[in-house]
Amino acid sequence: MSRFMSRFTRNPAKTGILNETNNNDEVLSPGKIIWKRFRRNKIAMIGSFILLILIILAILAPVLTPYERDAMELQNREEPPSSEHLLGTDRQGRDLLTRVLYGGRISLSVGLVASSLQMVIGVILGSLAGYYGKWLDTLIMRITDMVIAFPFLALAITAAAVLGPSIYNTMLIIGFLTWTETCRLVRGQFLSIKQMEYIEAAKATGANEFRIIWHHMLPNALAPILISSTLIMATAILVEAALSYLGLGVQAPMPSWGNILEPARSMIVLMNMWWLWLPPGFLIFISVLSINLVGDGLRDALDPRLKN
Amino acid sequence: MKQYILRRLLQMIPTLIGTTFIVYIIINMAPGSPLSHMIDPTISGEALARREEQLGLDRPLLQRYGTWLTEAAQGNLGYSTRYRGRLVTEIIQSRLLATVILTFSSIILSFILAVPIGVISATRQYSTLDYSVVVTAIAGVSVPVFFLGIVLIWAFAFQMGWFPVGGMVSAGVRHPTILAWAADVGKHLVLPLLTLTAANTARFVRFTRSSMLEVIRQDYVRTARAKGLSERVVIYRHALRNALLPVVTILGLSLPFLFSGAIITEAVFAWPGMGTILIESVSQRDYGLLMGINVFLAVLVILGNLLADIFYSVVDPRIRYD
Repeated sequence: MSRFMSRFTRNPAKTGILNETNNNDEVLSPGKIIWKRFRRNKIAMIGSFILLILIILAILAPVLTPYERDAMELQNREEPPSSEHLLGTDRQGRDLLTRVLYGGRISLSVGLVASSLQMVIGVILGSLAGYYGKWLDTLIMRITDMVIAFPFLALAITAAAVLGPSIYNTMLIIGFLTWTETCRLVRGQFLSIKQMEYIEAAKATGANEFRIIWHHMLPNALAPILISSTLIMATAILVEAALSYLGLGVQAPMPSWGNILEPARSMIVLMNMWWLWLPPGFLIFISVLSINLVGDGLRDALDPRLKN
Repeated sequence: MKQYILRRLLQMIPTLIGTTFIVYIIINMAPGSPLSHMIDPTISGEALARREEQLGLDRPLLQRYGTWLTEAAQGNLGYSTRYRGRLVTEIIQSRLLATVILTFSSIILSFILAVPIGVISATRQYSTLDYSVVVTAIAGVSVPVFFLGIVLIWAFAFQMGWFPVGGMVSAGVRHPTILAWAADVGKHLVLPLLTLTAANTARFVRFTRSSMLEVIRQDYVRTARAKGLSERVVIYRHALRNALLPVVTILGLSLPFLFSGAIITEAVFAWPGMGTILIESVSQRDYGLLMGINVFLAVLVILGNLLADIFYSVVDPRIRYD
């Protein structure tokens, strides 16, 4: 494992990002250099472009569709796509395009919130373990081992069933089950950064521990945290979709891409009404794919060592 | 070596206790008493309280967990509330074969597919082939497993009619020989196997490729080339062997992911394994069975990690454990 992790546990200062210059010998800021590298990666750029479109569609949902999110037309149930309802209607006669656009808001937000939650947990536990070491490190790493040993989806399903399925519980469950990777990354980074001279210098100036961790250590561990959190966001969207598909995630009438697909568990819907499951499923795929492409692109841009 | 294995086995115990304790707490967050799902709702509160006392349900959480742990250590994972007091271990046992067939055939198949693809992709880094493998693999890990399953059912079960839509054997058919049974199962297995294998293969391809890329830059690979060995021998004899080591470790660490994929695949195809009973026990509020399945899977994951570590230490002499 450590061989795989070693590529993440790299300090940007050591990887040469800061020393790179452009043709005019003008010194570029690290952010600009990373952006320059990222822009060169066509696949990652396509990914960001698709993601941007999906986000815009989700934000503009009320403008783009004339229908209300939950408005039912009981006389027009299970209608195939038509000029009036571009993606048809669902079993309650709701406009599917509207549901899918609003569903994007829910699915993307669950991904973002769950991933931010795991980042907060992972960063706090990882910094405590990496900075203070000793028994606290042992304790936190043991807890991490336990969480890694969880049968991920089985436990998520169980927790959703016990706590009651809802959008907030979905976010909480995913956040609390996915922080381990971030925690290990931060801990690894901190162990090496702790030995740096600038930390010693900061200590000598009398900076308190919080200031050292927050101002001097975390910024140098930011790159790997960002990469892993992007990739975990993709996982979070997949898990939300799976839970909602099983009826254990986001609950109707609130639409998410996963729960729009739930009727497809019935063979009749699956067989005869493709418009109920194909568009939301495709959007989950596309959004997860584009986030993964962005994550991979970020990794290549932030860690050029892998590029040769 | 023996000492290392022994020490690892001992280290497993606190992890197991911690993991099961957390699962126990989560299950105990369920509203209401476990009894309320089993009995006549008209029963008086007093009678209910008496029964709870008899069963020890009124004792504090930690004490109840202690009782559970003592029983679990002796192989008793409790009783299912839905199947009228059948043992949880018995139910798991009855469904284990189906899950093992699906999961193992998928692991083997995806390994057979992924290793050559990963190697070829790595040896031709930056070629068009490599790019398409990389993008396809990312697409493979991005497809929701259940959606892929749905699409396959729609295309190959409904439109083409080649395979059955779900289940493990045809309903109401008596198989005269074990061979006929196996053929029937095989036919039912194709679509779920494809679904699960797509995701697993994509993951393994990524691991193999990155591991291989790391290895082919090593000095000993250059040495092998320098002494005039053919490229085939260099790649497959010298490089691949070492590249596969971390892949096997990752395989051990991927067990939670593999089980997650299996659960959702089983749910889509009504494959009568552990994933299907897990989802059934959710809708039936069968907390005894839920607890049992989670614990069983957690033990498998921990054992899997242990085996991967031991395997690593056996085949890689560079790693010393003492």
